[in-house]
Amino acid sequence: MAMTKANIVEEVYKKVGFSKSQAAEIVETVFETMKLVLERGEKLKISGFGNFTPRDKKTRVGRNPKTGEAIEIAARRVVTFKASPVLKVKMNEQAP
Amino acid sequence: MTKSQLIETVASKIQTVSKKDIEVIVDTIFNCMTDSLTRDERIEIRGFGSFVSKVREAREGRNPKTGEKVFVPKKRTPFFTVGKELKERVDLKKDLNSNS
Repeated sequence: MAMTKANIVEEVYKKVGFSKSQAAEIVETVFETMKLVLERGEKLKISGFGNFTPRDKKTRVGRNPKTGEAIEIAARRVVTFKASPVLKVKMNEQAP
Repeated sequence: MTKSQLIETVASKIQTVSKKDIEVIVDTIFNCMTDSLTRDERIEIRGFGSFVSKVREAREGRNPKTGEKVFVPKKRTPFFTVGKELKERVDLKKDLNSNS
């Protein structure tokens, strides 16, 4: 079972005691704000969790793995995530 | 933007809730996500992205400074895959702002 936004809303609801729709609205605003930050090309640093960094990729020649045909991959901007050491330590507290 | 600036920004958008409560909520969101990855459970945030915990097998590594062999134990690492909406929005806006 995967954790979804609905599970997060449930936890927030239990924690702060607002109505579920209000909890949902705030959670939505948090993720929307994060998207807006990354959209304007700004790095997002969440201490204890990790950093989200927009990165510019140059145009390069790739290949269609099926046909072997060379194709140009256009310049684009992507988002990368680097986990915080704190998160990595927590994930490895119990033996994997 | 840092987590405290994220809290400030969200608080300015939702005037009916105190900044303190927004802070508790933002912390709850990331604690939830951390707990989920710690339980080896994947996270799916529609429009934002998903996180999975992957196991990296133990291996013989080398200290890049000394060249000395070191044992790298088996460990869990989180991986992020950007969601469709965020992926498209970030790429579409790339010409409007440079992040160098």
